[in-house]
Amino acid sequence: MITAQPRLRAILSLSITAVFIGGLIASQWLLTDSVQRMQFDARLAPPSLEHWLGTDALGRELWARTLAGLALSFWVGCLAALLSTLIALSLAALATLSARLDALVSLLIDTLLSVPHLILLMLIAFALGGGTQAVIIAVAVTHWPSLARVLRAELWQLRQAPYVRISRALGKSRWFVLHGHLLPHLLPHCLVGALLLFPHAILHEAALTFLGFGLSPSQPAIGVLLAEAMRYLNGGYWWLGVFPGLGLLLMVLMFERLSSQLRRAL
Amino acid sequence: MPRIAMRLGRLALVLLCVALVSFGLMMLSPIDQVDAYLGPQVAQVSPEQRALIAERWGFDAPPAVQFGHWLRQLASGGLGWSHVYNQPVSEVIGQRFQRSIVLLAGAWLVSALLGFALGVMAGAKEGSPLDKMISTYAYLTASTPAFWLAMLAVLLFSVTLGWAPTCCAGPAGMLDQDVTLATRLHHLVLPVATLALLGIANITLHTRTRMLALMRSDIAIHAFAQGAGRFDVAWRHGLRHASLPAVTLAFASLGELFGGSILIEQVFAYPGLGQATVAAGLRSDIPLLLGIALFTALFVSIGNLVADTLYGVIDPRLTTGGS
Repeated sequence: MITAQPRLRAILSLSITAVFIGGLIASQWLLTDSVQRMQFDARLAPPSLEHWLGTDALGRELWARTLAGLALSFWVGCLAALLSTLIALSLAALATLSARLDALVSLLIDTLLSVPHLILLMLIAFALGGGTQAVIIAVAVTHWPSLARVLRAELWQLRQAPYVRISRALGKSRWFVLHGHLLPHLLPHCLVGALLLFPHAILHEAALTFLGFGLSPSQPAIGVLLAEAMRYLNGGYWWLGVFPGLGLLLMVLMFERLSSQLRRAL
Repeated sequence: MPRIAMRLGRLALVLLCVALVSFGLMMLSPIDQVDAYLGPQVAQVSPEQRALIAERWGFDAPPAVQFGHWLRQLASGGLGWSHVYNQPVSEVIGQRFQRSIVLLAGAWLVSALLGFALGVMAGAKEGSPLDKMISTYAYLTASTPAFWLAMLAVLLFSVTLGWAPTCCAGPAGMLDQDVTLATRLHHLVLPVATLALLGIANITLHTRTRMLALMRSDIAIHAFAQGAGRFDVAWRHGLRHASLPAVTLAFASLGELFGGSILIEQVFAYPGLGQATVAAGLRSDIPLLLGIALFTALFVSIGNLVADTLYGVIDPRLTTGGS
């Protein structure tokens, strides 16, 4: 029972997250118009039974917009984490090929880590001209170094493993060794790494959007909602700021929990 | 000594790479530099004048030549001209950084000391209510968006309770030299507190892990066998043992701290370097953006360098064993 527990917990956590994400995506199919529908008789209405989380300055329902923002964050985070993992994996593989390439990759890592993340994100988003694509690329390009380091160390160790050396000595090609022996071993690391990246990715996406470099203000992203809330902060319209952030925090916490439990289970 | 020389060489190399990468990114940008320079007056300028402006500022030269120009200028100490603030970039960064450094230093000190203390307290007794409370708090703040926390702080303390001002480094409409130290501090309390609150989590979690390892080690068992209490062990052995990751982290997290300060300054409308960065990015002030990228890279790299050096000072085994 004791040995089974981490797996059981991981499965439980996984199913809760899956239900949440499923609901989030399904909700986007169901409420296509209520995200943008304006009710001019109910502007800046506080949370009540009619308006669950209150409404914004144009009378749009905050709960619908928060859900839409979370769904948007989820997609951006997913794509960015996936892309980032791919970059980390390919650069780690590249680094193990020769000493010179290794030096080059570690110089690249040092360069990326020496600029504050947010400034680098701003520079990249600026270079790409903003928008959803720019945010995804910016987040992907800045988040791979830590995972690449882990994968690189793992790869160095694996190459010395007896079974890999035997396979080499038997004349198997590099591609076969990489594909047949190394990748299956690295995949769990990649999965956990991607899951660990995900919360960072959505937090940075929200921060970038909040500053005005990310998703366009017409999209109901969490960063946009919070930037709008900033304007009404002094008026005491607290629900505008509290709920979108709370939703983001819940999503981040859920994925943090999932990744830590998966790491224990794998 | 050669080790330090090597580190400095590496630092110069990394900075050069940062310059290259950020300059390359700026060149990639779809924003027309002449448009950015002209701002709203763009409609009043004829194509011939545009060409003249481009020639005057060297915008028509190939990127490699522009980069060469910029590097040569950099070598002689200039960073170019910021059109948003209409000042040399080095002056903008200098003035803004003076304001930011107060915020950064305050938050840094508070987060390092408090984070370390909390980590030691939590790690001293695993599973105690105190440990659970501190760990939960650390996990929560580690995943909280910085700017959201700042907004909540404004809502609670400034708008609802009215204890602290909502914005800026001083009262609106007051000249900079007239602001007293007390008002300045009053305006700083909330930004520093929110910035520090986020930095604490990381240091606390690492210090706690280190303390837990110590409490299970032979040193601790020996001390317990001699009749020492948990807090006695934590005080005598734990402080030194756990200070290693805390010190390193404190210096290595300067980049994150700076990133957080951009967001916090934006929420509190605090006129520091972070706000200048956002303005430079939104209004495409390329020289200022480049200057800030390079400056922060230097700031972060020096932090890392200090962290590495202190590592050897705190734990001499690392330097003698390594070489």
